[in-house]
Amino acid sequence: MTDSATTPPRQPMAALPGGEVTEEGPMLAADGRPLKHSLNRALRREKLRAFLLVSPLLIFILVAFVAPIADMLFRSVENQIVSETLPRTVAALREDQNLPQAAPGEPVYEALYTDLFIAAEYKSHTRLGSRLNYEMTGLSSLFRGTGRDVGRFDTDIYTDQFIEAEPALEDPVAWTNWMEQDEIRAGLPFTADAWDAWVKLTVEANEDDPLEEDVEDFVYTALYRDLANGADPEGFPDVDVSEFETVSIKALFEESDEDWVDPEIWQVIKTYSPAYTDGYFLNSVDMMNGPDGDAQWRPADEQIYLKLFWRTMWMSLAITFSCILLGYPIAYLLSTLPLRSANVLMILVLLPFWTSLLVRTSAWKVLLQQQGVINDTLVWLGIVSDANRLALINNATGTVIAMTHILLPFMILPLYSVMKTIPPSYMRAAKSMGANDWTAFWRVWFPLSVPGIGAGSILAFILSIGYYITPEIVGGTEGVFISNRIAYHISSSLNWGLAAALGTILLALVLTLYWVYDRIVGIDNVKLGG
Amino acid sequence: MAGLPPYASTGQKVWHYSYLVICAAIFFFLIAPILVIIPLSFNAENFFTFTPEMLRLDPEGYSLKHYRDFFGNPDWQVPLWNSLKIAPVATFLSVALGTLAAIGLSQPHVPFRRAIMAILISPMIVPLIISAAGMYFFYSRIGLQGTYWGVVLAHAALGIPFVIITVTATLVGFDRSLTRAAANLGAGPVRTFFKVQMPLILPGVVSGGLFAFITSFDEVVVVLFVGSAGQKTLPWQMFTGLREQISPTILAAATVLISISVVLLVTLEVLRRRSERLRGMSPG
Repeated sequence: MTDSATTPPRQPMAALPGGEVTEEGPMLAADGRPLKHSLNRALRREKLRAFLLVSPLLIFILVAFVAPIADMLFRSVENQIVSETLPRTVAALREDQNLPQAAPGEPVYEALYTDLFIAAEYKSHTRLGSRLNYEMTGLSSLFRGTGRDVGRFDTDIYTDQFIEAEPALEDPVAWTNWMEQDEIRAGLPFTADAWDAWVKLTVEANEDDPLEEDVEDFVYTALYRDLANGADPEGFPDVDVSEFETVSIKALFEESDEDWVDPEIWQVIKTYSPAYTDGYFLNSVDMMNGPDGDAQWRPADEQIYLKLFWRTMWMSLAITFSCILLGYPIAYLLSTLPLRSANVLMILVLLPFWTSLLVRTSAWKVLLQQQGVINDTLVWLGIVSDANRLALINNATGTVIAMTHILLPFMILPLYSVMKTIPPSYMRAAKSMGANDWTAFWRVWFPLSVPGIGAGSILAFILSIGYYITPEIVGGTEGVFISNRIAYHISSSLNWGLAAALGTILLALVLTLYWVYDRIVGIDNVKLGG
Repeated sequence: MAGLPPYASTGQKVWHYSYLVICAAIFFFLIAPILVIIPLSFNAENFFTFTPEMLRLDPEGYSLKHYRDFFGNPDWQVPLWNSLKIAPVATFLSVALGTLAAIGLSQPHVPFRRAIMAILISPMIVPLIISAAGMYFFYSRIGLQGTYWGVVLAHAALGIPFVIITVTATLVGFDRSLTRAAANLGAGPVRTFFKVQMPLILPGVVSGGLFAFITSFDEVVVVLFVGSAGQKTLPWQMFTGLREQISPTILAAATVLISISVVLLVTLEVLRRRSERLRGMSPG
């Protein structure tokens, strides 16, 4: 932006009358700088000032609004909970060769033992269980149950045997000394890792001093693993573990819950171990990651989201269509009446537009009830019998009626502003050339009003597919939209990832429609009921 | 449609009057649900329909008991005050930041103008449930979820597009030679703004502010997620009432809100006329 401004052109700028060219070079401003330079500086300053005026709001919106949306997008693929809660297990699973045919080997269970022991102390295993339960039912109770058992596993035989063989191993101060020596740490990798985890756990979760606590069983179990692998680091007491009584950790897990040797469960853990997942998006379209890692359909009884998206779409279409049907005659009337009477009637459109959404929704809740005003009137008129009152609420009908009422002004206002621009003389011209009323309307007026229908429809449709409050109150179970499901996942089922994925899909849909709207009408032409 | 010509045929007459009847029916559909709330709110019984006494216009059938409940019961008064504590602060934030930005955006040379505009308008475009979800996730991360300021910030963000749209629309008709004249006469930028520009764009600023206020005052989806029980607003209370145990006091609350809407509508109309008059006066 600035480069061209700082290098003034070499050739003379201005030609004098008579074709002569001045010798002085670039034209100068009053302060002696080149004029172009000076102008550019002023322009730059003006740009900067405009930007400074905008920036407080821009920063505010970025923090208060754009960052939350970005956070939602991030959460729809984020899946760090598995690798954060079970880091060792995830690493061990990567090495494992048994899956998917058989349950993984002993090293995975040993890693899981350490991970789950620590997770149970932090109480984070239940959260992991709920997370994995979205992918496979039963995992929540599996993690909760074994989380309770894991502290009482029979691994204390290692602890006892080590302390019997070398009493110094009971002393946390001696441990601290050993674990500060790099050669020992390198020689005993599992032990060092387990020790660090234990120290962290003792300080963070239990707020104790590691130097005064008994070292936990899982550290000794890790030590046994290292020594059984043949490690013999210098400076660490020599303990012969070949005669030790052993216990299979896999068997301990199986004893706690036999599901732990089910390869399917392990396949789920392995599939969801990466930090990012497409699982939530697959779930949003009734799919899942199958055992072989490919996407596949969920069982038929768990397929709800495509149906819900489909219902949201067709109900929004129905609402939009009713809005056109009811809005068109009104807009036509308003645009053909003299301005004064049109303005008076406009109040009847603007009052609902300005009335609180909750007021209008309460009105419909009251009116549509079985014992409400509409049913009472119909019974009084004799149209329906008292026994067969119409079910107008808690179903799709209720949602369509109430939403049509709420969105009707959004259809009438753009229609009206388009129709206002159609010169009435066109209709008169058509009639003077022999068209009857219908032909004049259909061949002349209607085509000219189509942009208004387009603008109003897109607006009503966009507003309707994202609606939450009204369907929640008058929709029952059959008249709810995808938004209600998003709210349900945020506040009731706590499956935030799925809520974020559904929200992302809805957002993409709405933005696409807005892009279309912008192409057809232009965002700047959004009228605010004036 | 301005009346029938005297030579209209019978068919045309029939069509013309049936069309007017259809329009009347649609207007009835638009306005009746709101109007019917008002008499029902004076019901002496706890019913949501007209009692025989009410239909006979018997004074016995009418009472103010739902209004007494609304104005006396803390279940309604606390939310009403919460709404009145949140909406003005959110409005102030939107108007202050929004007006400044609108003035910046109306300068002739703004870099990335379209992109900035799109970002600033986005809270109006994104469905509320998505804004609510995102804010819930993000505000819980930074500790704003369930706090007064969390709700105020969220509502201010939602109100900003309305301020931007109305104020930029007013600035389109603003004659920039007026500010140059003020500068020429020795006024600094701040003095020019408050003495020259502000009085002229005030109608736009106030109507933008009214939109922002009503957005915050009526908003329920975002506050449901971002707020906690301590920030329960009036629409929230109505929403819970409608979803769980519906009490007729809700009709009294609705009537009060309808009166507020009418006042706002009239104010906006007056402002619009004043703005048109002012624009007619200013040269250019």
